[in-house]
Amino acid sequence: MRMFSRPRPGLAFAVALATLGILVPAPGRSAESGPIKVALLAPTSGSAAAAGHDMVAGWTLYWKEHGDKVAGRTIVTTVYDTNTNPGKALDQARRAVEQDGAQMIVGPYLANEGLAVAPYGIQHRIPMFFPTVSADDLSQRQANAFVIKVAGWTSSQTTHVAGEWAYEQGHRKVMTLANSYAFGYENAGGFSQTFTRKGGRIVGQIWAPLGTADYTPYISQVQAANPDALFVEMVGADAVHFLQQWSQLGLKNKIPLIANETTTDQSNIRSLDPALVEGITSFGHFAEGRDAPATRAFVQKYSKAEGVLPSYMATSFYTAAQWIGRGIEAVHGNTAEAGTFLRAVREIKLADSPFGPMVLDQYGAPIDNVYIRKVVATTGDAAKYAKTWNVVTKTYPNVSQFWTWKAADYLKQPPYSPTFQGYSK
Amino acid sequence: MSVRRRWTFALAAGAVVALLLPCLGVPTFYVSLLTQTWIIAIAAMSLDLLIGFTGLVNFSQAALFGVGAYAVAIAATRFHVVGFLPGLGLGITAAVVTAALFGLVALRAEGPGFIIITIALNQIMWGLAYQWVSVSGGDNGITGIVRPHIGPLDVSGNTGYYYVCLVMFALAFALLMTIVRSPFGLVLKGVRETPRRMRALGYNVWLYRYFALMISAAFAGTAGVLFAWYNQFVGPVNLSLDQSTQFLIIVILGGIGTIFGQFFGALVVVFLSNELSAVTQRWMLVLGLIYFVIVMYAPGGLVVLVPRLWARLRGRPVVLAADVPLEDR
Repeated sequence: MRMFSRPRPGLAFAVALATLGILVPAPGRSAESGPIKVALLAPTSGSAAAAGHDMVAGWTLYWKEHGDKVAGRTIVTTVYDTNTNPGKALDQARRAVEQDGAQMIVGPYLANEGLAVAPYGIQHRIPMFFPTVSADDLSQRQANAFVIKVAGWTSSQTTHVAGEWAYEQGHRKVMTLANSYAFGYENAGGFSQTFTRKGGRIVGQIWAPLGTADYTPYISQVQAANPDALFVEMVGADAVHFLQQWSQLGLKNKIPLIANETTTDQSNIRSLDPALVEGITSFGHFAEGRDAPATRAFVQKYSKAEGVLPSYMATSFYTAAQWIGRGIEAVHGNTAEAGTFLRAVREIKLADSPFGPMVLDQYGAPIDNVYIRKVVATTGDAAKYAKTWNVVTKTYPNVSQFWTWKAADYLKQPPYSPTFQGYSK
Repeated sequence: MSVRRRWTFALAAGAVVALLLPCLGVPTFYVSLLTQTWIIAIAAMSLDLLIGFTGLVNFSQAALFGVGAYAVAIAATRFHVVGFLPGLGLGITAAVVTAALFGLVALRAEGPGFIIITIALNQIMWGLAYQWVSVSGGDNGITGIVRPHIGPLDVSGNTGYYYVCLVMFALAFALLMTIVRSPFGLVLKGVRETPRRMRALGYNVWLYRYFALMISAAFAGTAGVLFAWYNQFVGPVNLSLDQSTQFLIIVILGGIGTIFGQFFGALVVVFLSNELSAVTQRWMLVLGLIYFVIVMYAPGGLVVLVPRLWARLRGRPVVLAADVPLEDR
């Protein structure tokens, strides 16, 4: 007992420290500190540089509003240029993760970039958020816990709706014109499958190489076939060229156009004469002219900051920032355990985002509104920034990437390609 | 030290450094970039055999490289051929067969005609990769390629794969040096300099060019296979005309007709394009300016820069082999 009678300040101090150690969790284990490093992969050079700019602008706008802070942690975003090249995107992902210690990847832009980066991120257990990479298979046959289409979409999700709608409008013979790459195949495939399932007939499918400047020969083919309507998928400069030539060749008010989301995206129609685009119907998960508080507020903020109305790319990255921020809050800033963090992100439900309500299905793809949109002259505040925009004429709520199929049944069919378009030829 | 001994010494020192690098705490990202350098250098050396020794400026080198990459990717993902040697064999065979076909078309012309035809051939292969979706995966490319084991060795990790590519580079270098120094290599040089005289001497110039093209393809295909395993992804970008141009830039930077210089060319291109893009958004512009400066001030390529500076430092004018027209050597 003599042992305890002697005062031993050293021991007492040690015991106190040990107790503290138990009660106060060690930093870095359950209460992480320091900044959260986010790698934003975006094509700021190359053929999709304009889209890359929009992505960065949307993301930055959100974090500027929130002082780069969430759940007590600072968000440090580094932008890595993918040069619109999947090989470069992969190099940049390696740099971000291995050299710069990025804890999550947001972006890149294109399907081929996303598909190149995804296996690397999965191997290194890095959460990857794809707000614009819409490749069907990333949330279908190649779905993975580390890949989430946060505030994103699936290529054929919006065109499944378009196919049924086209039949309901009385169209029976429809042609499709799309770019000859995965995004085009998936857009046209989604349309063709639901349209033919209703009883419509696809009377021709034209695949034009991406980067085509002269669409006249393709448009002539459409004119010769004289279908009830034309389904069209175009992106970027291709959309601009197509819309100009479609109108110039006098087909605009003769053959109805059923456009996909990207064809009449704000980034394309803003440079076109209103007469060329007004009245065109398209299907998308975003409409900058949607009359809802969340969309209006965002469009106002964005156009004030950037001087133009937002494209869907900018909106996706703004909403992704909001979504990921909510996920970080849900885990109280402890993002190091990737599994827990990813689960938290998957459970976030945005009651009203600029896109409308959004939740994720178990494959990491959003279930959200699909809008029938119409290009009309801008009104009110928006008129300061653009002549035309997309307004909503009809809303299909809670649209899944599997449309009305059961996921298991849908996944039995192959991905859309030039040889599989969802109907027997 | 004689020039020859100095080169041997430099080569040995380089080899030791290369072998030790991954163990010296070099960050994994830079080990990856070096791995990429070895692979790209093999492809550039293969092109140097054509440009520097045969006088064929081939713009379809990326097609040969890409065909090797696609062959191994398709074999691995469709037919589960995942071994190192089978993969390598398939890639090389595919590239050589492609070159044998290309040669029949392209070698009907010389000079600018040859260049134009090879550009067209490269575009055809790119078009196939982009449009033949059921085989190539189209624009999405092919993912899910797994790095092979070599016998019992697991070399799929960063460091392991670095050594695989280093050894393959060393092998390719040794083989190519042997080829260009052999009597066959001397004939190629003759074909490059004075095809008419060689014809008069009774050499079948066409056949020598044809063989050189196929040998070059074997190395380009090897590089393609290694690159497919490296990125675990293959896409049309790997056999684009841009990729062909990049190989050409490397050969010009490294030093045409030096074989060894291609390592330096590849090192500069791989590292600069990666480092600059992390520093500035205008990295393409800066990269272009740097290439310009190198070509202006080191016309023989980077590999002759060191001996040249060394000679100037010692105040001794030096005449390098690369500066002397071949006929006067």
